[in-house]
This record gives sequence, C-alpha cells and structure tokens, in this order.
Amino acid sequence: MAYDKFNILTSTAVPLPIENVDTDQLIPARFLKATERVGFGDNLFRDWRYNPDNTPKADFVLNNPVYSGKILVGGKNFGSGSSREHAAWAVYDYGFRCVVSSFFADIFRNNCLNIGVLPVQVSPEFLEKIFAAVFADPNTQLEVNLPEQTITLLATGDKESFDISSYKKDNMINGFDDIDYLQNIKSEIQEFALQLPL
Amino acid sequence: MSKTLFDKVWDAHVVRKIEGGPDVLFIDRHLIHEVTSPVAFLGLKSRGIKVLYPERTFATADHNTPTINQHLPVSDPLSANQLKALETNSNEYGISHWGLGHQKNGIVHVVGPEYGITQPGSTIVCGDSHTSTHGAFGAIAFGIGTSEVEMVLSTQCIMQPKPKKMRINVTGSLGRGVTPKDVALFIISKLTTSGATGYFVEYAGEVFEKMSMEGRMTVCNLSIEMGARGGMIAPDETTINYVKGREFSPKGEAWDRAMEYWKTLKTDEDAVFDKELTFDGSSIEPMITYGTNPGMGMGISNPIPDAEQVEGGVATYEKSLKYMGFSEGQTMVGKKVDYVFVGSCTNGRIEDFRAFASIVKGKKKAENVTAWLVPGSHIVEAQIKEEGLLDIFNEAGFTLRQPGCSACLAMNDDKIPAGKYAVSTSNRNFEGRQGPGARTMLASPLVAAAAAVTGVVTDPRTLIQ
Repeated sequence: MAYDKFNILTSTAVPLPIENVDTDQLIPARFLKATERVGFGDNLFRDWRYNPDNTPKADFVLNNPVYSGKILVGGKNFGSGSSREHAAWAVYDYGFRCVVSSFFADIFRNNCLNIGVLPVQVSPEFLEKIFAAVFADPNTQLEVNLPEQTITLLATGDKESFDISSYKKDNMINGFDDIDYLQNIKSEIQEFALQLPL
Repeated sequence: MSKTLFDKVWDAHVVRKIEGGPDVLFIDRHLIHEVTSPVAFLGLKSRGIKVLYPERTFATADHNTPTINQHLPVSDPLSANQLKALETNSNEYGISHWGLGHQKNGIVHVVGPEYGITQPGSTIVCGDSHTSTHGAFGAIAFGIGTSEVEMVLSTQCIMQPKPKKMRINVTGSLGRGVTPKDVALFIISKLTTSGATGYFVEYAGEVFEKMSMEGRMTVCNLSIEMGARGGMIAPDETTINYVKGREFSPKGEAWDRAMEYWKTLKTDEDAVFDKELTFDGSSIEPMITYGTNPGMGMGISNPIPDAEQVEGGVATYEKSLKYMGFSEGQTMVGKKVDYVFVGSCTNGRIEDFRAFASIVKGKKKAENVTAWLVPGSHIVEAQIKEEGLLDIFNEAGFTLRQPGCSACLAMNDDKIPAGKYAVSTSNRNFEGRQGPGARTMLASPLVAAAAAVTGVVTDPRTLIQ
C-alpha cells in the first residue's frame, strides 16, 4: 500500500537503550491474529509496557509522559527475529515515522522501508550522543533530513549522515512502493519466466 | 568469472538490476500461511490485481492451529477467522490450500520439502523468517514481510539488494551426542545474533557433507538466528535421493534435465567470499542456551559466562539473565525443568523424534515435566507410528500431539506458563516467545529427551549407552 511521503522530520525522540530488541518484544505473536492492518500500535512492546493485568508498567519508557515524539531510538541490532511486518506496523501505528539505531536486523529494516518508516543507522558514538542528549533533556529536537541523508541534534548542531539506496530514498520521498514499480514491468517479468533454467 | 553457489542461483533469477537500488528477483516457489498473508490479499483487492502465477504459490495453515482435537472447530475466534481467511483467499485466487484437516497440512517448512516443492537451484520465499530452512537443498530461500508477500502474489518478484557472501566450514566429525542443532547453536554462539546480518551463508565441510537432509534443514533453518537472511548447502547425492520421486519433483525427461542443472550448483574452486570462517566439528559439545536470544548458548556442562566475556552491553546482558532467573557463573546441569517441547520447523522431523526416542526408550517421563511432542507434518506423524516410536513414547509416559508450530511461538493454546522453565527444540528463546513470562532453553532433541526423563538439565552423553 502506498504510504506517507517522507522528507524532513523534526521531532523529539523516545529513547530505548536496549540491545537486540527482537520482534517478539515489538509485537508478541499472540497479537498477530488480525486479518487487517489495524490497531497494532496498542500492542507495541506489549509485555514491556503492560503488566499481566493490563496496567501500565511505570518504568517503561512509552509510559513515561516525559518522552514522546515520532522518532524511536533503540540499541544495537534492533528488530532481530521474525519476518512479521506487524512489528513495523506496530511502530508506525503507534506514531513513529523513524527508528534510529547503530545496527538493524535485515528483514525489519526492509519491512520498515516498505511501509514508510525510515530506519536510520548511525555510528555507535552518535547513538550514545543521542541517548545522552535525550536523557539530559527530553525536549531535545532531532532533525532527520532524508533528501540530505543527515540526522542532526539541533541544539548542538551535531550531525551524521546515513545510508539509503537512491531507489528507496526516491520511493520514500514520493510515497511510491515496490508494487507500483513491479506492476509496470509485468510483461518483462513474464518474458523472463519463459527462459528460467528449469 | 568464478561464482559461488549463491551467485549462480541468484544471478539466474535476476529479472532486472536497478541502478542505485535492489535487484528484481524472480521467485520460483512461494509458500504462504495464515498469519502473514491476509493483509497481502487485502492489498491485492484494493489495487484490483490478480495473482500472476497461482500455481507457484502453496498455502498451509500452521502458526495458529491447535495440536489436539484438530477435527473439532477451532475454539479461538481470532485464530478461526485467520484460518478461514487463508482458505477463502486461496480459493478465490486459485492457490493450493492445505488447511487444517488436509492430509498435506503441516508446518510450512516441513511440508514444502516433503512434497518436493523445495528443489535445488530454486528461489523460495515465505512470510516467515525460518524460510531459510529450504536452503538445505541448495535453494535461495528466505523470509519476507507482508508487503513482499503481496509483491510475489501480484508479480512473482521481490526487490532485494544482493547480500554479501559468507562461507562457514565445519571440518572433521561430530562427537557422540552432538547433533545438527548443536552445530547451529555453536555457530550462532560464536557469531552472535547479528554476526551474519547482511550476508547469505553457505555451509561447507565434512560435517555438512555427512549430514542428512533433516540435519541440513535444521542448520539452514537457524541461519536467521545469527542475522543471515539465509543459508544454503550445495546439492549432492543426499539431496538428490531426498528429492527424487516426491509429488512435485520433476519426472521423466524433466528429471534428467534437472539433474544436469543441479550438478552445476556448487561454488567454483576459486570463488571469493566476503567472509569465511572455519570451525572444528570435534570441538562442539551438546549446546544449551541460558539467555534470551539464540546467541546466548554454551556447551551444556559450562558455567554461564560473565558479562565481561560476552559481546554487547552489560545492562542488556543482566536484563536477560534476570528474566531467566539465572546468574553469571551458574552451571545449568541439574537445574529443574518444567516443560519439554519437541517440534517446530527447526526440529520437528522424523530424525528428531528418532533421537528423542533413543534416549527415552525404556525410561519414564519425569513426574515434574510436562512434555509436548509435536510432529511437523502428517508424514512425520505417520513415520513415528510406523517405526514404532510412538510405542516407545507411550511406554515411557509420553503422548504425541498433532502437527503445527505449537509452543515454538505459542500462538495457539500451547503456551509455557509465566516463570516456568522449558527445554525446547525450537528456534527462539526471546522473552515471552513461548508464552508471556516463559523461560526457554534451546537445545537439541537429545538434550530435550535427557531433561524429559530426568526432570533436570542433563548432559545427554551420560544417558547414551
């Protein structure tokens, strides 16, 4: 499905300095039973966010009113585990448009790019800088500039550039998706299928 | 130019290369299940497009299905709705549907190979990260998200940048009581859960050459747990013997042509990998995990490492041990076990149940242990009965459940209760994976069997005659 266009995002950030955040934390399997893409944000980090009796866990960052914003900042190897796109849907549906980490699991990164959540990979040092700045001042503003491929701590001007393929960048800026592209080359695909080795 | 096995299969499937972007990759076989496909079909409907090659997609229900009383209606309305959606969508778009109760129903990564859908040199995807299993046949197989499921349904292609290449060699031979699962957990413990991210792995060396197809599937299945998109093993006699004669395998002249092609599917001698690692098979012990990711594994007789000895942050490590109720330096042998789970796309094949039977034969299930033995498919279930394994299980106090993913991800009722310890032959020990608060120790079917009869974590080598 086509998604929101992404250009420059300026926002406060929610810090989650935990490594290897896996997809079963992002959205536990028992919440994968929907047949439509609705309501996944309510169960983002379900078991870290809520007690078994559904009361919020006060010490989890999403329950701390001090932190908010459209940018989620996580520790190394963010999104490891399952291929469930529901994990990216939950991130999006909660209201995040960008996830920052020093390393992303492959499928999660791909899923994010396919639904309009921008994964921004920064150096471990810059990640530490972001965490320190946000913990020191939760109102810290981050600017994620997709056309320029930069992420900036606005108060200090500390900046780092990030990688994204020019194809995906173009897609995100224009709100296109891969199916739009593939639909346009369908006859080429059908010709290709006739000359497969087997 | 010299090519790796991976290059050969990948390059044969590239429809088009996009400058500054991914390759458009043609997918030979597409497997779908009830959890990650419904939204993809909704996408097709909203765009008003058809499935381009319905004969290349196969649907089976597995993640949500109950593993007892499968003849009764599914009691959870949400699960029932998802199973129904898979059936309706498959019928509407002309896709083979192996739903609950169908003779071919079972775990997607078990039935695909059993019916010959999985073939050497093919590209296979599924909305499930353990699709890497099929790489055991020399196929390029990997998990995809739901947006990509929609792409494959509508155009039989996905868009992927070509990954880097890694070869992992395991030389020599394995010791007594050491299984393919231990080889995989050993490799993951060395690489960590992100050590192969961005790579596609080829497994090579004597240990894999001597391994059965079931064992190779276990190893390739776990490739994703070190971050790799997939892993593969070059097809050989063992592969050909497995594939031959299965329902969807090539027949007659097509078989001869396939054999000619499959013979070319090996890495050229001077081909270069971006990374190459070699391990000595004889140094691998029966493994067990102590933490909350599959990289946190060790030889079963070892003490749990100190935070300083492992890569990564101390806070994350301590959080993990706290969840498990373990401490640094603690030895796990002798630790009480509440549940034993044998099954999943990792270890739900006949060889796994043979291994389990080899230990429990003539013994009794420990009273404190609840054991769930879940075959991966009806074929596995039938083999268990034919080979007399069920009698061995029953005499030892075990029963057999019906095929499905079951407690591996606990989407159905097979949930490990909060705080309880499970020795599990599945693939993930993440927090809450097997049920909220469940504490999972990943291990081989032999370690699971040793725990099931002793009631505590036990080195299976002490029970092998």
